[in-house]
Amino acid sequence: MKLKDLQSLLEDCKPFEDPKVELEQYTTRPHIASHILHAIDNSYEGFVGTTVVDLGCGCGALGVGAAILGAHVLGIDIDEDALAIAQENREEMNPWEDEALSIDFVRANVLELSPGMRDRLKADVVITNPPFGTRAKGVDMEFLRVASGIATSAVYSLHKTSTRSYIQRHALKTLGFKKAQVVAELRYDLPKTYKFHKKACTDIAVDFWRFEVLSKQ
Amino acid sequence: GASQPGGGAAAERRGRGTRTVGGEAGVGLNHLHDCAMKLLTHNLLECHIKGVTNKYPFLVEAQQVEQTEVDFNPDFLRRMYPKLDWKAFKDTAEGLKLEGLPDSVTEEMLKSDEAFLRAFHHILLEVDVEEGALICPETGRRFPIVKGIPNLLLNEDEC
Repeated sequence: MKLKDLQSLLEDCKPFEDPKVELEQYTTRPHIASHILHAIDNSYEGFVGTTVVDLGCGCGALGVGAAILGAHVLGIDIDEDALAIAQENREEMNPWEDEALSIDFVRANVLELSPGMRDRLKADVVITNPPFGTRAKGVDMEFLRVASGIATSAVYSLHKTSTRSYIQRHALKTLGFKKAQVVAELRYDLPKTYKFHKKACTDIAVDFWRFEVLSKQ
Repeated sequence: GASQPGGGAAAERRGRGTRTVGGEAGVGLNHLHDCAMKLLTHNLLECHIKGVTNKYPFLVEAQQVEQTEVDFNPDFLRRMYPKLDWKAFKDTAEGLKLEGLPDSVTEEMLKSDEAFLRAFHHILLEVDVEEGALICPETGRRFPIVKGIPNLLLNEDEC
């Protein structure tokens, strides 16, 4: 699928209606989501016939996008309002008439997923656009830790550029990834989502990371 | 539940508490609407209540089951097979009155038994549990499935 076609489908993604501040809910922008998914599909693991977990799926932009590209996806999120929108997006964004997108959703607290649960989920790829830790400190690293227990091939994640050197060390030394690389540096243009945002748009530098999993023999 | 396509009589039979099972051709074909839990997903979930040792598999209480259509991809089935707990998959399918899965699977069957692969594909990916619950095998705790989404959030005393 062409990048522009994927982006076009992602533009139909319904966003959060009433984003919750404490969960740091932001909808992944269509051009960012499409670039991420297209890069994974073309340069790394192709999505067709793979299993994917979208950790903290929110409205489902990344997970539904991966399903459009042929993956079997499980979207996990804590918030039932977000999941209701994600379910709608499963229909709204589906480009095909007679076939449903292969994505299921589960309501769960990502941080509560036990090691046994993480291990059993065994997805080829975990994609996550985690909360950045502006509300709950360290939560983005917690998401990454949970992701490392689930993925059997690779984890794709987004983190503030300001955390880059910390993550580089932490991913290899503590989380046991084989490789950690910044695939691209993006600029997140977060619109004035919450009342306390002073500027009209907040622009932050975000790294799109690929972490390769050490294969467990 | 919400009104669904598929005809008046069929829709009436498919109310809350009515069990629609696989095998009834034509009934429950609602693939483009409600989201649901596939048996693939069920096979990958276990109970994570703290202290529980008999945590897998969840028992499935199904009040509403639908059929959908997913592209047949035998290579996916071959890759997926080693990641599944086959006994849990087969037992759960039988609990939902879905017959046709063998007790054990050989390399040969995965390679070239089309009838087996079709049955495996259908039950793994095309049967959707829309309403019901996942039940912890040790504690009996019900995790409800509402509109196809299992709610696995734990209570304070469970984590």
